[in-house]
Amino acid sequence: MKMKRSLISQLNASIMVNAIYAMINYPIVLISTLLAPFSLLIVITFVSRGSLLPIAVGGALIMTMISAGTSLQQDLSHLKNDFKVQDMVVSSPTSSWIYLVGMALSEIVYSMPALIVLAVLAALYISSNAAGYLAIIAVLAIMFVFSVSLGFILSTYSSDIVQSWAFSGIVSTIISALPPVYYPITFIPLPFRYLAYISPATYAAEIVQNATGLISFSNTTILIDWAVIIIVSAIVAGLAIKKSKWRED
Amino acid sequence: MKTLICDHISKRYEKGKYALSDVNFSIPAKGIFALIGRNGAGKTTLIRILSTQLLPTSGSATIDGIDVVEQEGRLRDIIACVPQEARAVGWVTPKQFIVSYLMWRGFSIKESTHRMNEAMKRLGIQKYMDSPNRVLSGGTKRKVLVAMAMSSEARILFLDEPTTGLDPISRDELWKTLMKLKKDHFIFLTTHYLEEAEKLADKIGILEGGKIMALGTMEELRRKVKYPYSIKILSKTGMIKPKYGDIIRGVDGQYQIVTTESEANRLSKELIDRKVRFSMNPLALEDIFYYIVKKPIEEEQYEDEEKPY
Repeated sequence: MKMKRSLISQLNASIMVNAIYAMINYPIVLISTLLAPFSLLIVITFVSRGSLLPIAVGGALIMTMISAGTSLQQDLSHLKNDFKVQDMVVSSPTSSWIYLVGMALSEIVYSMPALIVLAVLAALYISSNAAGYLAIIAVLAIMFVFSVSLGFILSTYSSDIVQSWAFSGIVSTIISALPPVYYPITFIPLPFRYLAYISPATYAAEIVQNATGLISFSNTTILIDWAVIIIVSAIVAGLAIKKSKWRED
Repeated sequence: MKTLICDHISKRYEKGKYALSDVNFSIPAKGIFALIGRNGAGKTTLIRILSTQLLPTSGSATIDGIDVVEQEGRLRDIIACVPQEARAVGWVTPKQFIVSYLMWRGFSIKESTHRMNEAMKRLGIQKYMDSPNRVLSGGTKRKVLVAMAMSSEARILFLDEPTTGLDPISRDELWKTLMKLKKDHFIFLTTHYLEEAEKLADKIGILEGGKIMALGTMEELRRKVKYPYSIKILSKTGMIKPKYGDIIRGVDGQYQIVTTESEANRLSKELIDRKVRFSMNPLALEDIFYYIVKKPIEEEQYEDEEKPY
């Protein structure tokens, strides 16, 4: 008789191994993950004498979502190459998407301390209407899908931890360092401003900054921003499903 | 009848080298099957294909009638695999690791905990349950992985070199566990330890250069070898040429004569007369392995070195 398998258990397994147990066994992880998004936020807040705090909080939320993908790529590579956990999971009833979704959720759980503090700051310093808050949540969700999909693709192509670090370095620079998520894009001088548009995070930042009401963009710009992040995320997610190597060939 | 059928499996990696070449055999999917071979013989490639981690370049295999290429989803319901270089995740404890693995397989946390406790008790490692994996000895880490596989509902276990790194006592304990497990599981294992294959396996396959060179029970393998007796000469200078038989050289550099029983008796008398140290036995798996994998010494070319007789 075929065994009835619990999908919740299968998803929880990844969350337990990659987040909960790490936090329980090494409490210092909690402090590290709590501090991670705040370094730039603090600098921007002090340099701007507090005027950019609301924008920086929105930016920190976006960066936390993007960092989830970078961390996911490193964690998947580590579990796959150094412990052969992925091979053990491949030879089990867990499908690739259950494993991926579980691991992606584990990154959210891992970021939870930072997300809670950022949510409190957002409630205090970002004033928007319901549509604005919904837009911010939707952007964060889309950026999360984009970053974890990219992380999953890269992890399947990295054969050791050194390669994984290299991928992380490149992705962090292009996706995280170039875009003006913590400050307005007008702060970047031309022609470097155009470089920022390589990263989907720039489009996400424009939507969030517009939603906070602190910077206004034209409706056309915001429409283009939405189109870009949705299309890019859909393409990357599609590639993750199609091209990722669950079973090697 | 439950069988494992490898149907002309070949695997070629990107660099062009064939890791497996037309592997074709059929065995009952019960008891223990041991695949032995030298480093790079293709053992891990075959186990990865059969456990659905790797696609073959051509050919396929079925286990219990389930195709490993086309029906991997169905097969994954009944298999578990411990890869050769697998390690228990360092930042969790054995308890947490095994429970997580069972949850990946879809068990509830309660059932996973129960199964984990049983498996750890069975392998005698329950005292390490709450120690971080990173502080465990190499042998205990291997046992945690075996406990992980055996605690699952899988009927077929693929164990790639499960006893590598274990001390003789731990290895013996694991052998006892595997002997118990084989009553209701099919265990496909690879090993470098010929003694292990001889002791545990109901059937043994010898893989060399990506090809199955011989396959069968110990008795069947003995019958495949032309000469059933072995004389190991403990010094090179004492080598004598048999009337019937072959001379082969082991990895330790010692020479060995494989021959018939009567010729072995005759040679042993001659060696005693010449006061040469030697040992005489019926062929063990080790002898069969060397006989099959290494060419008889007469077939080798001696350009730089003198023949030993």
